[in-house]
Amino acid sequence: MSDATADDPNTGLSGAIWGQDAVKLTALVAGLFALYLIGGTLLEYGVRQQVNSIAQLLFYIAVFAMLALALNLHWGYTGLFNIGVIGFMAIGIYTTAILSKGAMVTEPAAGSTGGFGLPLWLGIIGGVIAAAVFGGLVALPALRLRADYFAIVTIGLSEIVRFTLLESSFQSIAIAGYYTGLGGGSGLILDFDPTDQFLAFFGLSETYVAATESIGTRLGLGSNPAPVLDGLLYGLLLLVFLIGFYMTLQRIGNSPFGRVLKAIREDEEATRSLGKDTSGFKIKAFMIGCGLMGLAGILFYAEQGAITPDAFRPRITFFVWIALIIGGAGSNTGSVVGGAVFAAFLFRGPLFVKNIVQETIEVDAVDTFGQAVAPIVGSANPVPFFVYTIDNMQQLQLAIMGVVLIYLMHNRPEGILGHRKEAASPIGLERPSISGSIGTTSSDGDSTETDEVTTDE
Amino acid sequence: MGTAITDTYEKGQKLLATDPIRAVVVVVAVVLFLDLGWQLASGQTPISELGVLVKDGLMRGLFFGLAGIGLSMTYSILNFANFSHGDLVTSGAFAGMMATYVVAGGFGAEANLGSLLLVGAGGSVFGASLGIGVATSPLAVLVGVLVAGVSAIGLALAIDRLAYRPIRDRSGIALLITSIGVAFALRYLIQFIFGPGRRGVTASGDVPSIAVPLVDGTVSVNLHEISLVVVAVVLMGGLHLLLQRTKLGKAMRAMADNEDLARVTGIPTERVIRSTWIIGAGLAGVAGYMFVIWNGTLHWFQGWVLLLPVFAAVILGGIGSIYGAIVGGLVIGLAMSVSVVWIPTGLSRAAAFVVMIVMLLVRPEGIFSGRSTA
Repeated sequence: MSDATADDPNTGLSGAIWGQDAVKLTALVAGLFALYLIGGTLLEYGVRQQVNSIAQLLFYIAVFAMLALALNLHWGYTGLFNIGVIGFMAIGIYTTAILSKGAMVTEPAAGSTGGFGLPLWLGIIGGVIAAAVFGGLVALPALRLRADYFAIVTIGLSEIVRFTLLESSFQSIAIAGYYTGLGGGSGLILDFDPTDQFLAFFGLSETYVAATESIGTRLGLGSNPAPVLDGLLYGLLLLVFLIGFYMTLQRIGNSPFGRVLKAIREDEEATRSLGKDTSGFKIKAFMIGCGLMGLAGILFYAEQGAITPDAFRPRITFFVWIALIIGGAGSNTGSVVGGAVFAAFLFRGPLFVKNIVQETIEVDAVDTFGQAVAPIVGSANPVPFFVYTIDNMQQLQLAIMGVVLIYLMHNRPEGILGHRKEAASPIGLERPSISGSIGTTSSDGDSTETDEVTTDE
Repeated sequence: MGTAITDTYEKGQKLLATDPIRAVVVVVAVVLFLDLGWQLASGQTPISELGVLVKDGLMRGLFFGLAGIGLSMTYSILNFANFSHGDLVTSGAFAGMMATYVVAGGFGAEANLGSLLLVGAGGSVFGASLGIGVATSPLAVLVGVLVAGVSAIGLALAIDRLAYRPIRDRSGIALLITSIGVAFALRYLIQFIFGPGRRGVTASGDVPSIAVPLVDGTVSVNLHEISLVVVAVVLMGGLHLLLQRTKLGKAMRAMADNEDLARVTGIPTERVIRSTWIIGAGLAGVAGYMFVIWNGTLHWFQGWVLLLPVFAAVILGGIGSIYGAIVGGLVIGLAMSVSVVWIPTGLSRAAAFVVMIVMLLVRPEGIFSGRSTA
């Protein structure tokens, strides 16, 4: 219940509440970092590796939290069962890539394509708009479908997007003298560096280069500190975006618009009968969410140097779903918590454990499951099986995610911070205390009481 | 004559006004068929080539139909879209192939038993060297079919017991999300055990085939294709009889209609649910195995890749309808292979999904609407 109060608009102390949630989230992220640093110490990581591992963790926490927040707008607030998240991400980054890649006005060599050479910030805006518009096109006809049909349509569309990106006919095409295209199976090379452009935009490039040198020597990062610090800077940049996402969605959730969305989620018929154009609201919410997914997709892949259609398989959609369910659908704070927990424990954690184990125990590799199991049966020797398990952590971690998802659905479908029954009213719902009234009314009328009133309904 | 044309015109105008999506679909379908006719007439696409595409589409369609029956039944009776159905198909295929390898490998006589049990993980044994095929090792294939079906049934019942039964009373969405978890666990456990490699499992060179002449060429039909047809038709026919002649079919229809009412009437709902899983999973396992025999390759995400077209088939036919699943499967299979006449091969799967999405938008209740489970 105390969690529920945190997001509750009723208290009217939004600043203090934001502070409270921020404290909680900061503590969580700091705790996760501490865990990774301890793990790094166990691995006898140098400073360089430690910074690297923190930067990567920060990156994944930020992207999964952003994606979970965007999905929360769809599912947690509006009840739109979107399992095509990756499709919108793909549209975002591909649009950005095509708009912002260096222009090629002469026929390029086989396998390479150009773009339109626009500035990166324009490309990013374009990518977000493209994802939102695509979302709108999907939503217009599909929103009247049942939730499960809507799910199948969205996952089908995300696969259609991937097949289109894979298709060799669109690999390279000429538009208005520019040679561009989707790159087919070999993908697109991203010839822009978002961190560099960001620094250049604020005129900080030289300061940054100078700073990397001094910070590098002070931390003992070794001879070439730039790549490590670039990673860290990008992670911090994503953190800023994450805060932006959180504040935007928090604002949306508590606005009249957000209240209509919650009403739609609870009972669309009733909302329509109150004179709200529910389809319009749903389309708008879906488009905003898709735009944010597009932005998260851009931020996810922009720094990677290249994108291939293979990266856009539906599994990432399910990662985001697991993150959202861990945190609790319907709560923005929960979405961030879910994203962080998912990134740290389920996404990066198993591989980190794998590294620790492989670093500490020296054993021969076991190639097949048969070689792993045979010693258990033959001589009750579990070591080869253990080695095989650790070796194949990358596959096994997805099976673990599946089991976690089942467990959550059985035991905690509302997640860590899910409180979908938060009050939709901006003012307190409790009855004013009347002297002489019996039992049910409360005289102090604090927000906890309010929540109980709404929850029990 | 004149009035008839005006009538049609007005009808068309009305359709365009009331249901623009449907009108567009009709126009696109007409244009595509005219174009196909023109391509055939002008010799741009030889008729025999179309014949090959149609044959391929029918094979795939039979698989979609067979696998789709189970999906359709669980969808209507348990009320959720089961995203782990595809991985049940994979599990059946792997279990069946395991048995086939063991039998064809002489229970360890021709190769290491461990490698046989792991279906030649890491390239330790090859299906071609064991001579696996309907003609070359009929017993091994027969055992494989049976094991595929039985183990898929066992697995489905175990999963139902562990994952779905505890939350039977929850919403379809909660079950759907759970099934995604089941799908992940199954798929990556299969990869964990059998390895990530894609393997050829049949001696594809030794499959006897005949060339059927067709107008301007020939269409070759091989034994594995014929066996897929035979197995599919026999199973579908058997299921038809089972559901028409026994009380079980009636009980299933009653459950799909209204579970509470069915229970009040004295139908043992849990037993009906168990039968649903047995029929659905059995068909899925056998379908997966026959698909692998037909296709010649086996890998850990086969079922997942095939799941969406199977969904498309089920939705097209109308959820809950077994004949719908079969017809829907054939339509989706044909759409996937014949679409290459108009679009690049890489987009053929996209075409199947487009058909599904359009169907959902235009007629979400499917072709065989309102006829549940029979």
